[in-house]
Amino acid sequence: MSKETYSIPIGPVHPSLKEPMTFNFEIYGEHIEKVNLAPGDNHRGIEFMGMQRNPIQIIYLAERICGICSASHPFAFCQAVENAAGIEVPERAQYIRVIIAELERIHSHILWAGVAAHELGFDSVLYLSWRAREEVLDLLEYLTGNRINYGVFMIGGVRRDISEEQIPRIRKTLEYYKDIYGKIEDVFLNDPTIILRTKNVGILTKEDALRLCAVGPTARASGINKDVRQDQPYSAYADLEVKAITPDVFSGEVNGDVYDRIIVRLLEVVQSVQIIEQCLEKMPSGEIIAEKKLAKLLNQLKKAKGEGIGRHEAPRGEVFHYVKLAEAETPEVWKARAPTYNNLMTWVPMLLGQQIADIPIVVASIDPCIACMDRVTILNKNNDQRDVLTKKDLHELSVQKTRRITP
Amino acid sequence: MEYIKPEKIVELFKEKFNGSIINSRIETKTAGLTKNNYNIIRLQINSEDLKDAVKLLSTLDFPHLAIISGNDMGEEIELIYHFSIYYGERFKEISIGLSIHLSKKDLRIATITDLVPGAQVTEREMKEMMGITFEGLPDLPNLFLPQNFSKNIYPFRRDEKGIYPLSVNGNYVGNNIVKKEEVKKIE
Repeated sequence: MSKETYSIPIGPVHPSLKEPMTFNFEIYGEHIEKVNLAPGDNHRGIEFMGMQRNPIQIIYLAERICGICSASHPFAFCQAVENAAGIEVPERAQYIRVIIAELERIHSHILWAGVAAHELGFDSVLYLSWRAREEVLDLLEYLTGNRINYGVFMIGGVRRDISEEQIPRIRKTLEYYKDIYGKIEDVFLNDPTIILRTKNVGILTKEDALRLCAVGPTARASGINKDVRQDQPYSAYADLEVKAITPDVFSGEVNGDVYDRIIVRLLEVVQSVQIIEQCLEKMPSGEIIAEKKLAKLLNQLKKAKGEGIGRHEAPRGEVFHYVKLAEAETPEVWKARAPTYNNLMTWVPMLLGQQIADIPIVVASIDPCIACMDRVTILNKNNDQRDVLTKKDLHELSVQKTRRITP
Repeated sequence: MEYIKPEKIVELFKEKFNGSIINSRIETKTAGLTKNNYNIIRLQINSEDLKDAVKLLSTLDFPHLAIISGNDMGEEIELIYHFSIYYGERFKEISIGLSIHLSKKDLRIATITDLVPGAQVTEREMKEMMGITFEGLPDLPNLFLPQNFSKNIYPFRRDEKGIYPLSVNGNYVGNNIVKKEEVKKIE
């Protein structure tokens, strides 16, 4: 019997990433035989735009690289510029930076948990988890004025202080997450249907994760003990207890499957709560910015010469920024690396041998901000017959699979 | 795992390449109230030594490649391979940047995808954006640029192969798409 494979393209529009994706799958029956990735359909040339602007303007551009990591990119960018220009950040500002970054991690991971539930067909869990996410968004709005794109980061410090009166409100939100965490864990990690759909699905071995330079929860779920906050503590993380979370903490084993990636993300929510509590205890008083006058700061940056790197462990993995200043208004080089850039290669080993109905959850499992896996064309090479599968159809396939295998 | 000090790593490199290390620098940064520090190493090496350098790094730990950054410096293009090793242990990770200067007359360098497969995406980016030829990298379709993008234009370049408007400190250069006079007219 000749082996007839179908080719299924998925994508290409994917606006929440810097590099939107097109997938081309070779399908035999229900199984994926070959995966081709083709990103770049919506490359916005942000680095190019940045190199026409001064470093303070770039902060706001960096904030908009990703709608969810809107604290991570400016965090790494400011660090890179500070390293290049030799600016010391006041300790209090370092703590405020960490608090904002960890609040962002809580909202990002809970958002992801909701998306994962939706991909499996548990829409009630999606609504419940996104309801839980509202609390941290409200807190971020209370602290910074915005639910996303906080505008808090500035080269040499932060723009907004956290006052004594605001601390009880932060503690209240942290208590809320401690209270509901048990429920979240029960829903995601003990539910037999979620276990059936995610255990041994989309496996990424430790070796593959290392070779493909995976980062963040994707790497940690495969057993790589890698977390910039732990390995090369920057900012206030140098004073705080941070340990990379691998799934064996919870289940005693590392499989590198979708279930393990859920474990890592959920445990990181608890870890973030603990980190913020440590921050509130240890936060020193003092200045929040090295240079208050922006004109003076710009002048200083204009005269600076040097290069620096900035790294931050974003919710999805390490964000890496490289900046070279050369005594000019604009930086000579600005290179930004988002975590999905490294993680996209890991889709290939994860997806091989999986079923079409598993594509949504496996693709979502690296948390690529899967906003618009918007259209899928099924092309029958033999008779040129075309069928278009929308995201809705694909989602329906996934829901049907969940119903089918639920006892 | 045995952790080697940054100074020792630089020495190892100098030993291995018989002094062909053009430049080396160790930066120490501090963070937090406790002023814990971490190290960043920058080594400038010859382009033909890159593969051996990555092999040498692999003997210490599996090198994690963050990205390759490129910089058009006029006569030369600088590529920096941003590696890190010794992750997994608190305060131990060291960032290592391997810098390579390629003359514009000969923009070829060996691929490292056989040693670090994760380098494929970033090598393809540098190929499209900077016009570097990675020897041994399969000729795959464009990853970041549209498939029908001109083969002679490299967006990250600042010379005549770059794109308009490309401002280097206020001066427009590059004449691929719009001529200089027309640029002035538009302005």
